[in-house]
Amino acid sequence: MNKKQKRMLIRILIAGALMIVLSLLPVEGALRFVLFLIPYLVIGSDILRKAWKGILNRQVFDENFLMAVATVGAMALGEYTEGVAVMLFYQIGELFQSYAVGRSRRNISQLMDIRPDYANVEGEDGLEQVDPDEVEPGTVIVVQTGEKIPIDGVVVEGQASLNTSALTGESLPREVSAGDEVISGCINMTGVLRVRTTREFGESTVSKILELVENSSSRKSRSEQFISRFAHYYTPIVCYSALALAILPPLVLLLMGQGPDWGTWIYRALTFLVISCPCALVISIPLSFFAGIGGASRAGVLVKGSNYLEAMSQVRCIVFDKTGTLTKGVFQVVGVHHNRMEEQQLLEYAALAERYSSHPISRSLREACKMPLDAARVSQVEEIGGHGVTALVDGHTVAVGNAKLMQKLGIQPVDCHSVGTVVHVAVDGAYEGHILISDVPKPTSAQAIRELKRSGVQKTVMLTGDAAPVANQVAQELGVDEVYSELLPADKVEQVEALLTRKSDREKLAFVGDGINDAPVLARADVGVAMGALGSDAAIEAADIVLMDDDPMKLVTAIRISRKCMRIVTENIVFALAVKLVCLLLGAVGIANMWVAIFADVGVMVLAVLNAIRALRVPD
Amino acid sequence: MKKTYKIDVDCANCANKMEEAANRTPGVAKAVVNFMTLKMVVEFENGQDPKTVMPQVLKNCKKVEDDCEIFL
Repeated sequence: MNKKQKRMLIRILIAGALMIVLSLLPVEGALRFVLFLIPYLVIGSDILRKAWKGILNRQVFDENFLMAVATVGAMALGEYTEGVAVMLFYQIGELFQSYAVGRSRRNISQLMDIRPDYANVEGEDGLEQVDPDEVEPGTVIVVQTGEKIPIDGVVVEGQASLNTSALTGESLPREVSAGDEVISGCINMTGVLRVRTTREFGESTVSKILELVENSSSRKSRSEQFISRFAHYYTPIVCYSALALAILPPLVLLLMGQGPDWGTWIYRALTFLVISCPCALVISIPLSFFAGIGGASRAGVLVKGSNYLEAMSQVRCIVFDKTGTLTKGVFQVVGVHHNRMEEQQLLEYAALAERYSSHPISRSLREACKMPLDAARVSQVEEIGGHGVTALVDGHTVAVGNAKLMQKLGIQPVDCHSVGTVVHVAVDGAYEGHILISDVPKPTSAQAIRELKRSGVQKTVMLTGDAAPVANQVAQELGVDEVYSELLPADKVEQVEALLTRKSDREKLAFVGDGINDAPVLARADVGVAMGALGSDAAIEAADIVLMDDDPMKLVTAIRISRKCMRIVTENIVFALAVKLVCLLLGAVGIANMWVAIFADVGVMVLAVLNAIRALRVPD
Repeated sequence: MKKTYKIDVDCANCANKMEEAANRTPGVAKAVVNFMTLKMVVEFENGQDPKTVMPQVLKNCKKVEDDCEIFL
């Protein structure tokens, strides 16, 4: 609790104690009024002052005014205990609200506590701690065990396991050694690293992320806009209704020749005013969104505004980019066919022959071989552009390449019926089989598509620049509904626009890409989701939601978080309005007294705030 | 031009009122108050100096919500 809150607590305790003592004292008349005025002023003086200032500034209809009128009215009617109690509970409610909001504000900022405080720079006499803002790109900094990497860079020396959970929500440590890029915000758990910085602090990942999250709730959702508009009209309406309730029924009674019974009706009007306070709504809706965005960032899902969280919950169609999003975007050996020798042996020959090539295909061959490739075993390497490689390996002539190479050498290759890049291998002039290389789906892609379907996404679409057979095969394997292949980047925008026109307004379309050259599509979709965006500025700029690692399951998490958050928002709106409406009706006909009114105001607010805080917990 | 200011205000509705007041102030193109992070992002109209506009914004905010503060 801060100072202001503590002072309020003391005032509440004093006024509460005084109220109880006074209500037990057998004092009557004017003295009773004067005595009750003490706790009333102790607890309510600031409200009265604010209400008065509001009137002076012609800002009449606010909660302070409602409370002031209601309590002054109660005091005037001789309901001293209730007058003080209303003020007392109103203040308790306010105190609770400010405490709860302060707590969640702190909780959420703690979640985002990835801001590094210093960087270690090697000076003349050992390590010096400096402000990361002052470190120039290209400086070598030292990151010791337990410290956060303050600035993006490349490891020049040392080995360590990095904890990236603050950034990605991923608990598996990442091993880095010299030559690897490291991202600010990761925690060095084991060794000592010397890192050459590649950016300024302000441009580093950690700064970008903090900036994004801190500005996130500036973009307001429709629910929030609805609530502020609602509050704008609601308070005056309630005030006039209360006035009508105080005046009209007695007048009608007078006209009918009965006693007007002013006291009863004014009391009812005052109850009305107390119930009507819109705090529960006005506080709990933004709080739900804030908590939702905070919980999402902890799970490695950065949301740029509550409007996007809202849109995400209404996504019915998800469009994926293929390479790098659903697939790994790297070529891998997926099979060895028609081979007579052992698979491993064939791979070894191919990898050795391709030992010096920098082609991506050669790299995947070498990776698949999984053993050290001894340069001494290879000689007479000859690269034939557009065909492949021939070389002498362990004394055998090995030819590795496409069908054209085989034909050139007078060897009959066997066609492959699977989709991908086919590498034929011939040893000593005899065909030895082929190796199939293709881009493989991420291990979680199929599961993610299934889960998305289960959580109510109606259509999944895959866009790719690849050839149709490759695209169709991947789509079938993953269970994607529609595929559009052989697209240029500009075609992707067109495709998304076509899909956008085909759906209704309430159904939203999300595009998921890896942020590399799909920025225009990210911007065009209702919700642009960039995946695996660590360190990619363009993606962070263009996307509305950023998934910090490249696991497609994070998309499912994002949708679940958004759904949960929206459910809480709806619950709060419906619950608060329903309770208030019922109490207002009961108050108008005289069933609900001031105590019910206090519950409808403070109680509903407390419950709504507690409900809102639930949005912080990420659903599994 | 866009600038971010730290603010202090007690309740969410008051923050909304501050936002309205700031948006009504001449020279302000758009103001957004974020109650959760206690920040106000003000976008100024072209050629307006924040140093002259902001005191006005503060004055207007004080009018609707006496208890608020903008740290200029």
